[in-house]
Amino acid sequence: MESKNLNGRVLKNRVMKTLFFSATVIALVFLVLLFYRVLSQGWGYLNWNYITSFPAPYPEEAGIWPGMIGSLMLMGVVAVVAVTIGISTAIYLEEYSPKNKLADFIRVNIQNLAGVPSIVFGLLGLTFFVYLFGIGYRLLAGGLTMALLILPVVVVSSQEALRSVPTEVKEASYGMGASKWQTIVRVILPAALPGILTGIILSLSRGIGETAPLIIVGAATAIYTLPDSLLSKYTVMPIQIYKWTARPQEEWQFVAAAGIIVLLIILLLMNAIAVWIRNKYQTRY
Amino acid sequence: MSRVSTTSSQTVDVRSLLENKRSKKLKMRKLENIIPYLLLLSALVSILTTAGILFTLLRETFGFFSEVSFVEFYTGTNWSPWSGEFGVLPLIGGTLLITVIATLVAVPLGLMSAIFLSEYASERVRKVIKPILEILAGIPTVVYGYFALTFITPILQAIIPGLSIFNALSGGIVVGVMIVPMVASLSEDAMNAVPNSLREGAYALGATRLEVAMKVVVPAALSGIIAAIVLAISRAIGETMIVTIAAGATPNLTMNPAESVQTMTAFIVQAATGDTTYGSIIYYSLYAVGITLFVFTMLMNLLSQYISRKFREEY
Amino acid sequence: MIEMQNKAQTPKNQSTEKKTEKVPNIYEVDDLNLWYGNDQALYEINMDIPQYQVTAIIGPSGCGKSTFLKTLNRMVEMVPIVKTTGAIRYGDQNIYEDKYRVEDLRTKVGMVFQKPNPFPKSVYDNVAYGPRIHGIKDKKTLDQIVEKSLKGAAIWDELKDRLDENAFGLSGGQQQRVCIARALAVEPDVILMDEPTSALDPISTAKVEELIQELKKDYSIVIVTHNMQQAARISDRTAFFLNGELVEYQETDQLFQNPEDKRTEDYITGRFG
Repeated sequence: MESKNLNGRVLKNRVMKTLFFSATVIALVFLVLLFYRVLSQGWGYLNWNYITSFPAPYPEEAGIWPGMIGSLMLMGVVAVVAVTIGISTAIYLEEYSPKNKLADFIRVNIQNLAGVPSIVFGLLGLTFFVYLFGIGYRLLAGGLTMALLILPVVVVSSQEALRSVPTEVKEASYGMGASKWQTIVRVILPAALPGILTGIILSLSRGIGETAPLIIVGAATAIYTLPDSLLSKYTVMPIQIYKWTARPQEEWQFVAAAGIIVLLIILLLMNAIAVWIRNKYQTRY
Repeated sequence: MSRVSTTSSQTVDVRSLLENKRSKKLKMRKLENIIPYLLLLSALVSILTTAGILFTLLRETFGFFSEVSFVEFYTGTNWSPWSGEFGVLPLIGGTLLITVIATLVAVPLGLMSAIFLSEYASERVRKVIKPILEILAGIPTVVYGYFALTFITPILQAIIPGLSIFNALSGGIVVGVMIVPMVASLSEDAMNAVPNSLREGAYALGATRLEVAMKVVVPAALSGIIAAIVLAISRAIGETMIVTIAAGATPNLTMNPAESVQTMTAFIVQAATGDTTYGSIIYYSLYAVGITLFVFTMLMNLLSQYISRKFREEY
Repeated sequence: MIEMQNKAQTPKNQSTEKKTEKVPNIYEVDDLNLWYGNDQALYEINMDIPQYQVTAIIGPSGCGKSTFLKTLNRMVEMVPIVKTTGAIRYGDQNIYEDKYRVEDLRTKVGMVFQKPNPFPKSVYDNVAYGPRIHGIKDKKTLDQIVEKSLKGAAIWDELKDRLDENAFGLSGGQQQRVCIARALAVEPDVILMDEPTSALDPISTAKVEELIQELKKDYSIVIVTHNMQQAARISDRTAFFLNGELVEYQETDQLFQNPEDKRTEDYITGRFG
């Protein structure tokens, strides 16, 4: 009797294990299918011409060039703004802020900002940057909007990197008579830099795939000149992909898929660089 | 590079050198006193961002409600803004339908994956699978949108005859896939935090892995798991591109997943891509919908934080 | 301000006096009390620390010996909830006066920590750190300081060809001596050592102990140790702390051979702790 009961329990355990494993596999299968779909549809359209061409009315002639340049320029703006403000905020919170209400408020606020849908940041950018500041539907407005969007991620990852610098090392610096700022600039930041850089690259790679807020702040859909200043009209890769996907003819799906390959390759490169920096330069304490 | 010259016959008088530099250092000290204030200024940007979001949403929504009545907006069942009908319920309904479908996909898949990774998988398997699973979270949503429209929808159409190209089902499933890593990762973290002593106690009584997982680990990690699910639901509510591409642009108060619906986010995209002039009623409606969306997601986020704080297990 | 500072610097050329005679004090601690929040950690400490000698502080763990050491360069303030009363006179100034600058104090009072804590930088940059933060930029001067300090820490011969290497790659004993060299680079008056050999193997420990004997010719040294034999070997005077109180403070030989207090005797004979 008892062993029969035990057999049943063991069997149940085995069945459920298979089920749990299958669930994990299903999630992975989606990933494989997605990559397969993108590659099989887009590979044929991906060539040098595609990368260096402007959008065109015919699928065979269309290209992603202005989107790539636009995305890179946009990331330039985002990097400058988000990195400066993000690292400063992290230094303030980790090294300077006494345990007071304001600092706690800033921390909670950053946590909540990270949960605001990206499209709401688009609305913020539309009111403030596009209209109230009078920038219009230009690169700068998109860059500032995106910078605010990824700011929480930059702050949190920088905080973690700063926190990983052990107290003993900071004490060594203070013990030499170094001031707080000297300790931060000469010891803490250099030691935290790999972690901070990794976080920034990962945040930027999130930003480079964002679409919705840029639609709201008016990234153009088709553009025939490259942006040459912060106040140029611009488009980005995800928006080009979106527009191509939305067209009914199947050929445009292929064009979109080719664009997705380019976008995914750029993301892959950014992530590879982040991992490389982490493994190569991270000091293990 | 920094080779030291070994000809140090003449000794340096470090003490007097330091004394000489001291007055210069004192001046620097004065400058350094400003630094915390500059840093605080940067830290305030995040608060200004929140204030800015609230300000824009409230200001433009106020403009909206001076033309459309509050009651009409939140009880009306017809959303056709270009012909002056502003009942937001179809958009909320569309959002909820997508969210329910996504949750039905993500919670079983995510939870079961979490149990597998935390309780069954070896350390090596976990180290391989978890990062791969997290790739799913890093894929741009526009790519998911493309995948839903061009791949999932045709498959669904083959299974369900008469399914329209734009439908809630396809979008909902793919939103679900997108949030699987979130459910799985955060739940797994919660399960990992359950101390081994609890598991060992159960194993010592002869429990199987399944019994330990379901009767010990999951109950102990429950608040973390629920917080993870709530957070994932909040992501689903705010998701934009997948539903814009795959679910269509038909405001439709229905619970039928085969129909085309429009979510709050999809309307915002639709209205923003059209020629919406600043100060027009359509422009204002963006913000009225936006603040509704914002409140929904904020409530979910706060709920998630509340659950994980209130019911934090003390081991 | 600068004038007052100069007075704090005790002249260097009195080191030839004999131990038994009246030795000038580098520190005078008066009625020092210290609290972590509401918990009092030090009670009414009165203690004069002589110049150019090694003063050892012993006691069971948790007795406040490390805390006391860190009051001498105010590193104890790294913990924000710390409160102190009483005075510590260094030279003829109370270092706990509001206007006293900790940076100046810590330039004159070097510290070596329990766990070797080099910066994740080259050996050269580690040793040059102190001079650099105090404004010395001239490469030649820095070269000389680095060489002198590494020689002072008896590690120049081992490392002279490895100055560009990251100090993290060195052995624990080498790291600790680089840390000592780093402290020597600004030529402090005092070196505080917080159980400097507790993380080291016996051979490295012996080297560091030997070094301490060398260093006391030019520096006043205060060392916290959990190892009574070490205190007996290297120190001139020893203080025994128990539960935040200074129980006994004596010539080292005196304290170990003929303790006055029963509690000291119990401790050194191994009856507790």
